[in-house]
Amino acid sequence: MSGIAITFFIIAAVLVWGGLIASIIFLARKPQLDVYPEGSELVSDDD
Amino acid sequence: MATKQHSGEHGTVASRPREQWSGQLGFILSAIGSAVGLGNIWRFPGVAYENGGGAFLIPYLIALVTAGIPILFLDYAIGHRFRGSAPTAFRRLGGKAGKWLESLGWFQVWICIVIAVYYAAVVAWAASYFTFSFDLRWGDDTAGFFQNEFLQTSAPGFSAQFVPAVLIPLVLVWVAVLAVLGSGIAKGVQRANLIFLPLLVVAFLILVVRALFLDGAMTGLDALFTPDFSALGDPSVWIAAYSQIFFSLSIAFGIMITYSSYRNRKANVTAPALVVAFANSSFEIIAGIGVFATLGFFAFQQGVGIDELEGITGVGLSFITFPAIVSQMPGGPLFGALFFGSLVMAGFTSLLSVLQVVSSAFQDKFGISARQASIRVGSALAIVSVLLFSTTTGLITLDTVDQWANNIGIVVAAIASTILVIWVFRKGPELAGHLNAVSTFKVGRIWQLLVGVLAPAVLLYMLIQRIIVLVTEGYEGYPLWYLAVAGWGTIAVILIGAITMTALRWKHDPDDFAPWPSTQALKELKK
Repeated sequence: MSGIAITFFIIAAVLVWGGLIASIIFLARKPQLDVYPEGSELVSDDD
Repeated sequence: MATKQHSGEHGTVASRPREQWSGQLGFILSAIGSAVGLGNIWRFPGVAYENGGGAFLIPYLIALVTAGIPILFLDYAIGHRFRGSAPTAFRRLGGKAGKWLESLGWFQVWICIVIAVYYAAVVAWAASYFTFSFDLRWGDDTAGFFQNEFLQTSAPGFSAQFVPAVLIPLVLVWVAVLAVLGSGIAKGVQRANLIFLPLLVVAFLILVVRALFLDGAMTGLDALFTPDFSALGDPSVWIAAYSQIFFSLSIAFGIMITYSSYRNRKANVTAPALVVAFANSSFEIIAGIGVFATLGFFAFQQGVGIDELEGITGVGLSFITFPAIVSQMPGGPLFGALFFGSLVMAGFTSLLSVLQVVSSAFQDKFGISARQASIRVGSALAIVSVLLFSTTTGLITLDTVDQWANNIGIVVAAIASTILVIWVFRKGPELAGHLNAVSTFKVGRIWQLLVGVLAPAVLLYMLIQRIIVLVTEGYEGYPLWYLAVAGWGTIAVILIGAITMTALRWKHDPDDFAPWPSTQALKELKK
């Protein structure tokens, strides 16, 4: 592989796979809100 | 399933409580299973290579962020807020003055009906090729084997001559998919995805690692990732990027509306959507590496350049080029089994999601259970699928119907939903408020602009361009009468189906519903 092809492979890997890892970490750290709008006590939260 | 009446205050859909995913993970894996389909494996690598190689990643990522993720958010917001199948959700979104918006939901359902009947056939082909891999049954002439021996393809038309080698696996695919569908969301669709998605990832990763050690693999990757920056000045490359993102993410034809309607009311909506979107693109990159490493090996064996290879996308790549490569490869049968096994699993989970749109819509409208919908509606679709796609004209019919259903049907549905929701019914602020009220990743005016302006503009350009090509040049040299029947006729069927279904009576009143959070609560949150 040429240098430019390797560079673009790394860019793709960092942005796309990095985006996946970042979004998983973001979701894992805060899976849901602490406070919901009014009426939340009337809807199910077993998810 | 227990039945009971729910109060309108908190959302009645029918006489039974709405099913739910058992948790966040089940939903995310099912949504990824829907998005990751045949297109990820056989479309992305070739499209990327033909549209600038490494440079294609720039418009691709821009399309992901400016159109793919925003429309995914829109679908999730509609399904989650209005808690129903596509017709139910759009009808509720339209309110008293916009009950007719139900027809947009049915338009999406009929697109899914059309896609399901031919998509099942491709899954059946892949299943057959999975078994053919073990003895390399396709021989040396893979093109001849596929078209003449396996499919027994005849001239364009509608043949009544069935091909048993296609018919039998097609019936088996329908039996399997309807069995899963009839088991409901948590015990059926989710369970199937929990099994097949990890298996698909493992199988495909083994295939990619094997491909990387083949002679010529690095030449293949060099061809895929070397950027051609001049391509960035070509509008068609940008359209190709938006098309790839759009068709790959399962957006704008009811799937993501349906899937999110089965989420808990307090479920985080946007953050899981980001995971789904990036997981889908991550798989596409992996597929690109696996496919081009393998094509590099093939070019090396032939003593030609990658640019001289034919059949590097779609059906040709999977059922003609790949079998030829497998035949020349050490350990070919195992490699072929991994490839076609991956196609089957990716296709099966996507087919499930397409059919869930149909099942959910019929359950809502006629008050029937998942099992009843699977048996009654699913069986009817299976019969149509077998009649049209297990005959000697199946390949050509499939090719034509796919072209119109995707490039006209889905694009029209996407343009209509973005313009109607954002501009006609002005629901942008309410949906943005809903997403922010339940999600950890917030959206603002930029999201509404992307969904309301950029996305429909790009999609409208794509649609006009495609219609001009189809009208002036036809398609694949097929006769005009055939394109009128199988191509434009498909769009007519979708339209008539949507109007007819909208006109039928509901078993239970879909308007006896109040979204949560209330619009008043959303306004207060905004302050």
